[in-house]
Amino acid sequence: MTDFINALIVLANFILVPALTYGSQLALGALGVTLVYGVLRFSNFAHGEMMAFGTMITIFGTWGLQALGVSIAPLPTALLALPLGIGGAVALSLILDKTVYKYHRQRKASPVIFLIVSIGLMFFIGGLVRFIIGPGDQIFFDGTRFIFSARDFKRATGLDEGLALKMTQAVTIITAILVVAAMFWFLNKTRTGKSMRAFSDNENLALLSGINPDRVVMITWILVGALATIAGTLYGLDKSFKPFSFMQLLLPIFAAAIVGGVGNPLGAIAGGYVIAFSEIAVTFAYKKVVTYLGPDGFQPDSLVQLLGTDYKIAVSFLILVIVLIVRPTGIFSGKTL
Amino acid sequence: MTGGYGAADILKECTIGVDRGEIAVIVGPNGAGKSTAMKATFGMLPLREGHVMFNGEDITHLKPEERVVKGMGFVPQTHNVFTSMTVEENLEMGAFIREDDISDSIEQVYELFPILKEKRRQPAGELSGGQRQQVAVGRAMMTQPKVLLLDEPTAGVSPIVMDELFDRIIEIARTGVAILMVEQNAKQALEIADKGYVLVQGSNRFTDTGEALLANPDVRRSFLGG
Repeated sequence: MTDFINALIVLANFILVPALTYGSQLALGALGVTLVYGVLRFSNFAHGEMMAFGTMITIFGTWGLQALGVSIAPLPTALLALPLGIGGAVALSLILDKTVYKYHRQRKASPVIFLIVSIGLMFFIGGLVRFIIGPGDQIFFDGTRFIFSARDFKRATGLDEGLALKMTQAVTIITAILVVAAMFWFLNKTRTGKSMRAFSDNENLALLSGINPDRVVMITWILVGALATIAGTLYGLDKSFKPFSFMQLLLPIFAAAIVGGVGNPLGAIAGGYVIAFSEIAVTFAYKKVVTYLGPDGFQPDSLVQLLGTDYKIAVSFLILVIVLIVRPTGIFSGKTL
Repeated sequence: MTGGYGAADILKECTIGVDRGEIAVIVGPNGAGKSTAMKATFGMLPLREGHVMFNGEDITHLKPEERVVKGMGFVPQTHNVFTSMTVEENLEMGAFIREDDISDSIEQVYELFPILKEKRRQPAGELSGGQRQQVAVGRAMMTQPKVLLLDEPTAGVSPIVMDELFDRIIEIARTGVAILMVEQNAKQALEIADKGYVLVQGSNRFTDTGEALLANPDVRRSFLGG
């Protein structure tokens, strides 16, 4: 029996908690992608770099607060600097919309044009971020490291295996829940949120109903800027801030949005967790679990790992391809918010 | 009104009008410009000549959205509901331009279409064709329009539902709303019409009361199938 519990603890410690954390980050990222798709009708490739930009501003804010000696320990100071980062990302989004996207919108350009424009902006924002903060690693986490460590857990339960919960993991999961709840409340209960859904559902009828398209677009960018900054900051707190990593994050984020049904907020969240759990479950070495669950004295020679962690990114690619072949509309067949 | 989308005019000196509490119906063969004539009154077609008058005011240069504010309601032929939103949300969106309390108007729509009250929490996309049309008309009613434009409200619904929709449209007209509609089911539509316009190739061919048009042998022969 203890063997069984030990096996479960191993799974919880190395798959459940990390996947929930990573899944929350992907879900928030995918939510931003899905909002742009639902309202503005294009796949926004610049979203990953917008996450990097918002996170960068948050880091500057964090440094500033740290220099002033402000701290909300045990929570990371970055949470306090988040509004500044959001402000920065929203401002950049609105500026880019006004100077770049608006022109194409007025010409009623096709979604492919928008997609290519967003790739251009992806390189632009990426360059901007690396120009300002440099391409190196930035660790901006402070506060308490663990809520409870593996050693605490072992001592408390008397088990051989430990379950640790890092502060960043708890902060990520709780923030994600709050943000997603606020997002759904906004979209489903407020007049402005409903007008966004109406616009996404049927643009012409929304115009006939007197919904102002410019306002809907503006609110979309504000939400997207906020979501990007929150997702990026949580990711940066959990791992570290490396400008190049956000471009790599784009694939799992798009996979999450598409798996869930692009344009559907609920789908984006489900997709985020599906991708995260698959990535981690497929690349995890199950040796310990097998040892616990197998007959006494049995120990596998290999790591019992389906795929090396280097191939992590292949998992989201594979899921993406399977979904596009089997169910191209995604789990929640989306199109509208 | 004279105008079209490109170089060629679709409408040629076409005149249509409706007074409050009246039902006016535009009928005619396919491609006669029926829907186009109605869209022209709503500002969705650039006019080369002519005017659109509303309540004695020239609104020829107003955009469709601005005409909604003035008191015009428009129900397009297709894509006329927000399919992913509930019936009630559809009605709320219809009243988007209003700042005052809209609960009375919602109740009025539910009184007119009791089935919608039952289905208020259901997404409009899950309703039957007839119910969807009711949502579409209800949505347009939410601005408390003085003129309601209906583009083939009975397209694709069964004859029974069609009769019921026409009954409801008469009820709406009785509350003092002017109704202008385009119809394929010319005979039934003219029966309830105070005024009928028969359009051919973008011009008025016959204009009379609905009754008179139904009795007119020329109209019967060419457009009503004998």
